Amino acid sequence: MITARYWREMPQRYRYEAGKCVKCGYVAFPPRLICPVCKAREFQTVTLANTGKIETFTVIRVAPSDFEDEVPYAMAVIKLDDGVQVTAQVVDVDLDELKIGDRVRIEFRRISQDGEAGVIFYGYKFVPA
Amino acid sequence: MRDVAVIGIGMNKWGELWPSRIRDLYVEAALLALDDAGVDKIDSMYVGCMSSGLLVGQEHLGALMADYLGQAPVPATRVESACASGGVALRQGFIEVASGMSDVVLVGGVEKMTDIDGGSTTYALATAADQEYEGFHGVTFPGLYAMMARAHMARYGTTREQLAQVAVKNHENGAKNPRAQFPFTTTLEGVMTSTMVADPLRLMDCSPVTDGAAAVVLSTVEMAKKLKRHPLVKITGSGQASASIALHARADLTWLGSTEAAAKTACKMARCTPREADLFEVHDCFTIAEIMVLEALGLVEKGKGGPATAAGLTALGGEFPVNASGGLKAKGHPVGATGVAQIVELAEQLRGDAGARQVKGAKRGLAQNMGGTGASATVHILEVES
Repeated sequence: MITARYWREMPQRYRYEAGKCVKCGYVAFPPRLICPVCKAREFQTVTLANTGKIETFTVIRVAPSDFEDEVPYAMAVIKLDDGVQVTAQVVDVDLDELKIGDRVRIEFRRISQDGEAGVIFYGYKFVPA
Repeated sequence: MRDVAVIGIGMNKWGELWPSRIRDLYVEAALLALDDAGVDKIDSMYVGCMSSGLLVGQEHLGALMADYLGQAPVPATRVESACASGGVALRQGFIEVASGMSDVVLVGGVEKMTDIDGGSTTYALATAADQEYEGFHGVTFPGLYAMMARAHMARYGTTREQLAQVAVKNHENGAKNPRAQFPFTTTLEGVMTSTMVADPLRLMDCSPVTDGAAAVVLSTVEMAKKLKRHPLVKITGSGQASASIALHARADLTWLGSTEAAAKTACKMARCTPREADLFEVHDCFTIAEIMVLEALGLVEKGKGGPATAAGLTALGGEFPVNASGGLKAKGHPVGATGVAQIVELAEQLRGDAGARQVKGAKRGLAQNMGGTGASATVHILEVES
């Protein structure tokens, strides 16, 4: 993954910045240039809610190359308390105890790294709330 | 708009085809289709392919395949829409003939997936999801469909055994398909004790990694009648739709909106409903996908895909035979070829040439192909003139 591609996403991955449509209130994460609901083009920067609940989840046991050392790990679609849904890992949990509806909280964690000596990528993961 | 006929079909035996290059796979299938049609001149050609750049380090497939098929300088266009690349390529060929721009168009799909290691293949396939907001976090395609499966199970009570029933049924059919990658039968127990890939999906819930190609020749109905080599099979409806690239951006994680929309468009054109088709080739990339497609096509009520499968509704002798070919599960899933191979199967069935897996008296077939977690979908209706 090239550095610029990672750097561009830092406001979202480090500060959880989303765009709130000033016309209809739709919260776009990541931010968009045009609102998919009302087609307005003006957004206000807001921060995502830092808690939510698990809508659905899985435990990945066969991983893509960058995550092969991490298996097994839990991935979930999380519905944040502001209504925004995100995909992320759920960590610091017993994988056998996870269930739909569990409350979780966002945390800043290491995600992966670009090879042996490359940039370390950080972002959000979720832990039990 | 002009009527469009499928005058030639071709497909090689799929599998781990180490001695074959990607160009060989495409050209073999294309030659079979051209010979089947009895034509050697085409006006243009399409190549459906998802990820040759990552999988074999080769892009620019349109020109490559035209060159190796001996058809240069015809216009040759590669079409990419993840696992729907084949279906979208077919639609482009259909539009080109229907519009009057061309009279004979070759549409092929191809993927060469076994040249690299498993982790790299998993990565290449994962690029069909939102790379920055799904892939970045380590999700895989089995993982995304596993999350859809778990949501479906939680909401509708779909069971682990009902998921397995899809794989058992498709292998039952695939065992009768000489071109299938895995032409063997399996059992509920065999599926439910296979290696866990992404809970609750196991290895036998997943379509395999496959090398393969498929091709069809499309033409005007006048030309088909002049050639008169096969019963006249026409594409009477074509639909395509899109949805959010990220699964998490959908209000309902258990609903394939793009498939519903594409089916509506295709059926309006063909003046029929999905339920009026005699057989169905659908995108069972994972067992849960077939269950969700049955619902999106309206063959069963929302949430009833699992019980309907267990009751035999979609078996070869059932009311709605689904994936007589063996589906992606048993036939194989060379991603760019899949959407075209579905048309090969429907045409063969409608001609009455499908042998042991023939759906008796089939007059109308429906093909549904999708990319990603359903971010793109195509539906085509084929009918045979009696």
